[in-house]
Amino acid sequence: MLRADGVSFAYGDEAVLDEITVSVSEGGLLGVLGPNGSGKTTLLKLLAGLLTPARGEVSLDGLRLHGFARGALARRLAVVPQETELIFDYTVLDVALMGRYPHLGPFEFEGPGDLDIARRMLDATGTAHLETRPFRTLSGGERQRVAIASALAQFDTDVSSPGRVLLLDEPTASLDLAAQLDIMALVARLREEHRTTVVLCTHDLNLAARLCDHLALLREGTLAAAGRTDEVLTRDTIAGVYGVEADVHRHEATDRLTVLPLRTKESA
Amino acid sequence: MPSQAGLLPVVARATAGARRRRAWAVQVGFLLMAVLAVLCAPLVGPTAISLRQVFDPTVAFADNVDAQIFFIARLPRTLAGALVGGALAAAGVVLQALLRNPLATPFTLGVSAGASLGAMLVITLGVPLTLAGVPAVPVASFVGALAAVGVVYGLATMRRQGLSTNVLLLAGVTLNSLFSAIILFVQYLADFAQSFQAIRWVMGNLDVSSYQPLLWALPMLLVAAAAFARLPRALNVLTLGADSAAARGIDVLRTQRLAFISASLATGAAVALGGPIGFIGIIIPHLVRLLVGADHRLVLPASACLGAAFLVLCDTAARTLLSPMELPVGVITAMLGGPFFLWLLVTRGGGPR
Repeated sequence: MLRADGVSFAYGDEAVLDEITVSVSEGGLLGVLGPNGSGKTTLLKLLAGLLTPARGEVSLDGLRLHGFARGALARRLAVVPQETELIFDYTVLDVALMGRYPHLGPFEFEGPGDLDIARRMLDATGTAHLETRPFRTLSGGERQRVAIASALAQFDTDVSSPGRVLLLDEPTASLDLAAQLDIMALVARLREEHRTTVVLCTHDLNLAARLCDHLALLREGTLAAAGRTDEVLTRDTIAGVYGVEADVHRHEATDRLTVLPLRTKESA
Repeated sequence: MPSQAGLLPVVARATAGARRRRAWAVQVGFLLMAVLAVLCAPLVGPTAISLRQVFDPTVAFADNVDAQIFFIARLPRTLAGALVGGALAAAGVVLQALLRNPLATPFTLGVSAGASLGAMLVITLGVPLTLAGVPAVPVASFVGALAAVGVVYGLATMRRQGLSTNVLLLAGVTLNSLFSAIILFVQYLADFAQSFQAIRWVMGNLDVSSYQPLLWALPMLLVAAAAFARLPRALNVLTLGADSAAARGIDVLRTQRLAFISASLATGAAVALGGPIGFIGIIIPHLVRLLVGADHRLVLPASACLGAAFLVLCDTAARTLLSPMELPVGVITAMLGGPFFLWLLVTRGGGPR
């Protein structure tokens, strides 16, 4: 279980998050929602241990995140940023192998096992055929999938090892419809087949409704609502957090909530 | 769209062993190139000598004129070229990865301007060329280089915890122009002979007449090389960005600090030895990436070797093309390297973006 307990954070004097408590159980999928500037990405970075909370603490299975050695944490918890930009022509396989960093010594070359894991993760994300392509020549959706493969390659593959956590920042933000569906299907499959715990930030309420079983809704650095998806995603909370009047109803074919934003409250 | 990175083919589904063999082949190939350049360059000059004669075991060194020319007259200069070229190319690789900017050079962070100012002050203030056996100009340029990077580093770490690569870059560029202005001012006040001497220093010159200057530079270059050896894997991951690198278990600040300090040390020592010879630190890393791909475990050592070979070649051209007149080697590196690099850029299409 990954848990943030009363965490606060500020960039300099500017408070970004105030006393946030969220948690996601093993194999769960938590969506972090909120308007621009509400602190979603900062919360994700705190959950990843990339930032240290000013108050409160983040723990993984009851152990403080900052008590982990860097490598040990990286073998259990991986982060995929919104966009991955490389400045040189690494191949797709090179990028996937970067996930093996926490498993190798400073002078070590990847062995057959590392190569096998990197390739399996490319396979799992449907990018195995791109192995020798320069990463920079890929489309946005392909890049995102390779970035996820690289993150997955970080994990211990030992079946007896404790749960793994994948943190995704706006995984579908700049992708076309087909690529968005690909990523959604991939995340769903990771949960089913690998029992990976997932936390994702997103602007897309319908994506969140489709994928997540729990949501945390942020507004100006505070937790506006948290709980099961159908409890959180209501007309009232959306109006309160986004200032938008929206229609929320259950889509019959998928049995999932769908959100149709109608108008801003000012224009109403 | 190119289907692979690097001119040397990357094989799909290559085994770990095949990848390792490719890496070794690349390393050995580039190393041979450097060794070949160092062995052949001293053979060229006003007096023709032969490598067989030089290494003829039947003739004593005192009687072997070829060996004397090789080892005493020409090898120190050749080795100076190899050390300076290798150091500048390797420092270029490290700084481009550290700053995540393919246009970074070893001189981007103010090293060459600091070194030039140091050298300039010694030349124009009329300090004796050696103080207690220590040559004044190289020492002053080394001190100037370190002072410049010290200021840049201080600025980049002042505002927040960690190293801001943006501040690093901007501070370096600003310091470069500031120092250039001071250099012009000092030059304006200097007399004609001093000014001429200073300009010649800035053009770069590898004309060392003994092994002594090499021995001054060697300890610093060895320290830098030891640091470089620890960097390649971390530099690979660092090109994903600081957060992605940290999420993979890298101590980002420590890596950035090690990269910055070692690259500065290598550059400072290289400039003290040969002057601020331009172009090598940017052209060689990109050339090597075009050849072998982006992996720093290959790019860093291969660039050091190719940089060494390239500067030895350029310096051989500099001292023989218009013999007995000598051309400034910095002019040759740019005139040889520039068109070649542009040709590569155009024919390869992809190239560094």
